[in-house]
Amino acid sequence: MIMPVILWTDALIFLLVAITTAFALYARRKPHLRAPWRHVVCSRPGSMAVVILCAYIIIGLLDSLHYRLALESNDAGAETHYASEVLSALDALVGPLRTQTEKTYSAPFATHLFTRETIQQPEGGQTREYPRLKYGGRHLQNPAVDARADILRRSGVALAQTLTAGLAVLLLITLWQAHRRQQAFTTMLRTILKRRSEVPWLIIWISLSILALLIFLAANLATAYHVFGTDKVGEDVFYQTLKSIRTGLVIGTLTTLIMLPFAIFMGILAGYARGWIDDVIQYTYTTLSSIPGVLLIAATILMLQVYMANHPELFETTLERADIRLLFLSIILGITSWTGLCRLLRGESLKLREAEYIQAATAFGVRHSKIISRHILPNVMHIVLITVVLDFSGLVLAEAVLTYVGVGVDPTMNSWGNMINSARLEMAREPVVWWSLLAAFLFMFTLVLAANLFSDAVRDAFDPRLRQH
Amino acid sequence: MLRRPDGTPGNQAAYGCAVLLALQAVLLAACSDEPWNRPYPAQDAHRNIMYSSFQERPNHLDPVQSYSSNEVRFTGQIYEPPLQYHYLERPYALVPLTATAVPQPVYLDADGERLPDDTPPENVSFSVYDIHIQPGIHYQPHPAFAQDADGRPIYQDLDEKSLGDIYALGDFEHTGSRELVAGDYVYQIKRLAHPRLHSPIFGLMSDYIAGLGDYANTLKVVSTELTGPNGDRGFLDLREYPLEGATVIDRYTYRIKLRGTYPQLRYWLAMPFFAPVPWEADRFYSRPGMQERNITLDWYPVGTGPYMLTINNPNRQMVLVRNPNFHGETYPDEGEPGDADAGLLDDAGKALPFIERVIYSLEKEDIPYWNKFLQGYYDTSGITSDSFDQAISVGSAGEVSLTEAMLEQGIELKTAASTSIYYTGFNMLDPVIGGYNEQARKLRQAISIAIDTEEYISIFLNGRGIPAQNPIPPGIFGFREGEAGINPYIYDLTVNGPRRKSLDYARQLLAEAGYPEGRDINTGKPLVLNFDTTATGPDDKARLNWLHKQFTKLSIQLVIRGTDYNRFQEKMLKGTAQIFQWGWNADYPDPENFLFLLHGEQAKVEYNGENAANYRNAEYDRLFSRMKNMPNGPQRQQVINRMMAILQHDAPWTWGFHPKQFSLTHSWYYNAKPNLMANNALKYQRIDPEQRAALQAEWNRPVRWPLGVLFLLLLAVIIPAWVSYRRRQRQPAYRDKH
Amino acid sequence: MFAYIVRRAAYAIPILIGVNLLTFYLFFVVNSPDDMARLHLGVKRVTPEAIEKWKAERGYNKPLMYNEAAAGIDRLTETIFFEKSLKLFAFDFGHSDDGRDISHDIGQRMIPSLAIAIPSLLVGLLINISFAMLLAFFRGTYVDVSGVILSVVLMSVSAMFYIIGGQFLLGKLLRLMPISGYDGGLDAIKFLVLPVIIGVISGIGSSTRLYRSFFLEEAGKDFIRTARAKGLKESRVLFRHLLANAMIPIITGVVVILPLLFMGSLLLESFFAIPGLGSYTIDAINRQDFAIVRAMVFLGSVLYIIGLILVDVAYTVVDPRVRLS
Repeated sequence: MIMPVILWTDALIFLLVAITTAFALYARRKPHLRAPWRHVVCSRPGSMAVVILCAYIIIGLLDSLHYRLALESNDAGAETHYASEVLSALDALVGPLRTQTEKTYSAPFATHLFTRETIQQPEGGQTREYPRLKYGGRHLQNPAVDARADILRRSGVALAQTLTAGLAVLLLITLWQAHRRQQAFTTMLRTILKRRSEVPWLIIWISLSILALLIFLAANLATAYHVFGTDKVGEDVFYQTLKSIRTGLVIGTLTTLIMLPFAIFMGILAGYARGWIDDVIQYTYTTLSSIPGVLLIAATILMLQVYMANHPELFETTLERADIRLLFLSIILGITSWTGLCRLLRGESLKLREAEYIQAATAFGVRHSKIISRHILPNVMHIVLITVVLDFSGLVLAEAVLTYVGVGVDPTMNSWGNMINSARLEMAREPVVWWSLLAAFLFMFTLVLAANLFSDAVRDAFDPRLRQH
Repeated sequence: MLRRPDGTPGNQAAYGCAVLLALQAVLLAACSDEPWNRPYPAQDAHRNIMYSSFQERPNHLDPVQSYSSNEVRFTGQIYEPPLQYHYLERPYALVPLTATAVPQPVYLDADGERLPDDTPPENVSFSVYDIHIQPGIHYQPHPAFAQDADGRPIYQDLDEKSLGDIYALGDFEHTGSRELVAGDYVYQIKRLAHPRLHSPIFGLMSDYIAGLGDYANTLKVVSTELTGPNGDRGFLDLREYPLEGATVIDRYTYRIKLRGTYPQLRYWLAMPFFAPVPWEADRFYSRPGMQERNITLDWYPVGTGPYMLTINNPNRQMVLVRNPNFHGETYPDEGEPGDADAGLLDDAGKALPFIERVIYSLEKEDIPYWNKFLQGYYDTSGITSDSFDQAISVGSAGEVSLTEAMLEQGIELKTAASTSIYYTGFNMLDPVIGGYNEQARKLRQAISIAIDTEEYISIFLNGRGIPAQNPIPPGIFGFREGEAGINPYIYDLTVNGPRRKSLDYARQLLAEAGYPEGRDINTGKPLVLNFDTTATGPDDKARLNWLHKQFTKLSIQLVIRGTDYNRFQEKMLKGTAQIFQWGWNADYPDPENFLFLLHGEQAKVEYNGENAANYRNAEYDRLFSRMKNMPNGPQRQQVINRMMAILQHDAPWTWGFHPKQFSLTHSWYYNAKPNLMANNALKYQRIDPEQRAALQAEWNRPVRWPLGVLFLLLLAVIIPAWVSYRRRQRQPAYRDKH
Repeated sequence: MFAYIVRRAAYAIPILIGVNLLTFYLFFVVNSPDDMARLHLGVKRVTPEAIEKWKAERGYNKPLMYNEAAAGIDRLTETIFFEKSLKLFAFDFGHSDDGRDISHDIGQRMIPSLAIAIPSLLVGLLINISFAMLLAFFRGTYVDVSGVILSVVLMSVSAMFYIIGGQFLLGKLLRLMPISGYDGGLDAIKFLVLPVIIGVISGIGSSTRLYRSFFLEEAGKDFIRTARAKGLKESRVLFRHLLANAMIPIITGVVVILPLLFMGSLLLESFFAIPGLGSYTIDAINRQDFAIVRAMVFLGSVLYIIGLILVDVAYTVVDPRVRLS
């Protein structure tokens, strides 16, 4: 028995997914909307970025399906109670990663703890030695000898699995494309492999294969070893960094979701209506953007803490508290970042307003609301889209900095910012504990790189000015 | 050195030699024997300067207000209270500093008649301490004492205009000094009640020092009258207002009169609160314009101690320089057994202080500090107990262990059981976790067993801590070694020493407390407990995860309620917290200073005291009052043992641990011995600058080849680019691709 | 032009009032004067009387916006808002809660901030423009493609990694420069090298890419083709025409942030223990020193608005077609 839990950010994420899906379905049928997206997918870096982003998003979505387990009850008739610990589908999927915790630090693929401990000998006396890990390499009889071979064997298995899966995927893609284009299988295969297909299937296939390799490697190795080591209290770093993905995505996407309505509405209104409305809106965003952002964020986070301290009954679990803080962080980041988009939109609407077809529409007495929704809004959407995609990577990076300043996500939450922040201290240890930093770096870097490549592709596709080049 | 102090050349040969040497020095520097990464001016490399750091600037250097350890580490070197702790001896012993002897109280009855020394405390109305100070002690040079040729003070009547360009104390041209007199001590005691200052110990002291409370009221009235119409606050001359509890007997003697008895006073007499403050300084600093320019006693202390603060730039550095007027003191020639072997008595009888100058640089982050220490640019490293100020957090340096490489560098590790305690407390007012019935006790005991302090110490302190059995840390009277001191509710005694009781036992206790399997026996609801904390540091995530794990062992759900420092304080004051962590750092080596943390009259919610758990037990309180006034001895130990038994049964804290103070020193650093009571240890320290300079140079040879590689790489980029550019330029331009 | 600037400056006043009100509200709602007092007085043995005294001394015992106890105009002036916030308009920053003269501190701390910001900006500009020109010159070739990829890679790395990595590599492993610290005068140089390098590197990616697009945009314009068609030397085309025109958006981009250089860099300054205004701000937030925070917010807003005005002026200077009205 489980009880689903919908956190605030979960709800918003699902809302976002719903909106995106609706838009995708809508755009499918409109060629002028489809074309630029096709352009994105057809560019080589773009297609690669899409594959990577999809992987991240799937992990993030899985991690957003929260639930609470029912507690066992002795007598059947009694009311069921649920554990106050909230789990997610991702936790269920990676199972042992969450629960297999060691005592303290251990290096990646280690079979022994990183620090020496005093061990009481059964016959009395003490020795200082590196104790065996409880889980990492548990199955090995003689880790010093067997570990390398075992890791190689497992990697070999992963490679074989990848090859099988990769070939299967290639087969499927080719079959599907051949079927769609009414071509012979071999012709299609040649087209794909020689990179003559419009959509760069070869690149997509290679990206998918690499992704598959990573997944199989993780599946084979992560259950038996701590592939990224363990942290100070023995938690698996790989698990932490997987959990951090959701935090990064939430900050990157919800912030924009929250700020978009304001920015679009205010920006277009200011540009279209002009006069005193324009003055008021301009005044608002100039004021907001002239306050140093960190100060605004610090104040809001403090304010939230006051509220939570005064209403402890509203936040039952640690996760809920962390979640509400994450949400507020997104909101306040949205408030500090909507001004830029608002200014752009205002400028664009000012220009559009003077366009002949809008002048004509006005002359015909078309209602303002209709002009805005029919003529202006569709014509500024590319700006909105480009800004959103561009902002995403900046926001993911900002989380780390804010956490360093002390106004970031809740310290109990898994996030790259928190990982980097504690890794700072680990870098000062002798010998250096580098794996947390490395894990956070790799996962964060990959996401931001993919987002940047994606945003490049989106800009190329949507910005008519750039497409001339 | 060949150069004369005035800089004029000696004879020709020496002059030539000097030029040659200088040239050589330049050449050597160019050949870079001198490290590139030295964070200090090169010319200081061989000077007798100690390098240290501060993470956050001290808030108060006024001896009336400075209390936290990061403040006392400065004021302790500058101000000299009448007493001090012996640097080497253990247990901590008080010895005279400026006084001629440790004062003994004389007991009086209500009529002022002398009572015998063995009078029971409840019959004593007043105790009187006469303190004689040594003649011939002089203050550091300070503009407040500056006099012109006629003996008139120069700077005592400054106004805002004549201050001109003066923004720091060092900008004053003239300085002077004066002999220390008993009146200066009395002046400072009166300052405890000063209406414009808030001494943290005023509340405590007004309970004891005769007339101090009324004195504060008198001064408040006077101060309001003195305040000018535009907010100018004139000089409040405390000499004009007598205080019953502190009086001058003669030039070198003063008297402190207490209501009842308070044997702990002598410990306070070793803290800067009871250091002398000359009235001239007070008057000097209260001139108009001084406050605006931030020239106050809080920033520029004036004392008789071995060092004086010459630069106080909170943005960058603080500098202590040897006080030229220091009265002189010698290194102790006796210590604990073993000190002689450790080389701690090698300097016996030599004149203090050894170090010429101490430079404290601003260093916010732990990593740079640590790395610079390893490079030899800081002389010592260790955690201060600053962390107490932020409720609880243990510094990252606590993770350090001596590796082969560090041993090779000659770094030494000094540890001492510190006189502090970090504990996890239960709010006794809470309906779930608090209360004095057997069920609540069992719940607390079960949790105390489940929180594996030994593991905490091993993970977060690298083994540098001692699990606490009760509030009293080792080194303080009342602490019991071995099995007698073990808390029987948490530990089993086995042949291999004490063992934490099993989790099964804890679960059984939990069941008896009404929560079998961590669920309420009546409703079946899971038991959810709240942990309130100020989580800010980078280490907190791991710490909170760990704590969560401990409660999960008992199937108890722990909700971590992180908040900011102020909100945490507010919760503690209102008593809405449930479980919290806190710490206490000894003011003085007396069990009273720890046992009062659980005294009913110190309850946080009711009296805004230091008893954060709001624990109250009538029997404990009664015993506390008795214990407080007893001299150390078997009788006192017996009373303390009874108090311990009560506490361990009630389990208002999980007792936590006593961190071991540790410090790392380089091989050129001598006479380091952790002394957690003495705040003036700097004067005993010695460094060998030549040895240091040699080792620094050896450790910091720059690795230069990457620069070469970088240069080659640049060439590899630039040359093809240039070639291609030339080629294009020669091509006809119209072949534009666009 | 002068009239325009005056008008713009006057327009700034309501914005500054808004900023003032907002920060005032945010910080006093969150942080009552009691909180500030408690934080400043420390942990051990703090009594309610001490808190009252602390507040009274610093004028925090008055009502926030409206004083009912007073009479007449005093109702508005005998308030925290009037006394603490409105004085800022005269650039009278007053004293921090622990009694230091804020203006004096800002004056002192500005220098280290600028000592990092100006070299970072200049070196960064030089490097970024050269790289961007290089990429634009080799557009379409493998140099361009790999350069752009490198830029994207560089801008995908968090600034935190640059700092931690830089300190570790250059400071600890190679021992080429001090890990952190600061000194006055010329001695400061060796401390500034590392933060400046890191500042430049962390900015290379995004700026190079941006500047490259400016260059490409100019390169596609007709006058460049004409210049080439005239048979002008490539170097002349590149430097006289292309660079000169692409500099317009680059310079205006720089001018906006120019005044904000005073505010310093939060991250670099706290990691390298450089006593600039960035670390001043962070410290003030952590210590909840409202007086400093207020001053810094005000200063930041003023500088931001100056930046906006400067951009407009810069436009008229570099592009005579733009007229200010």
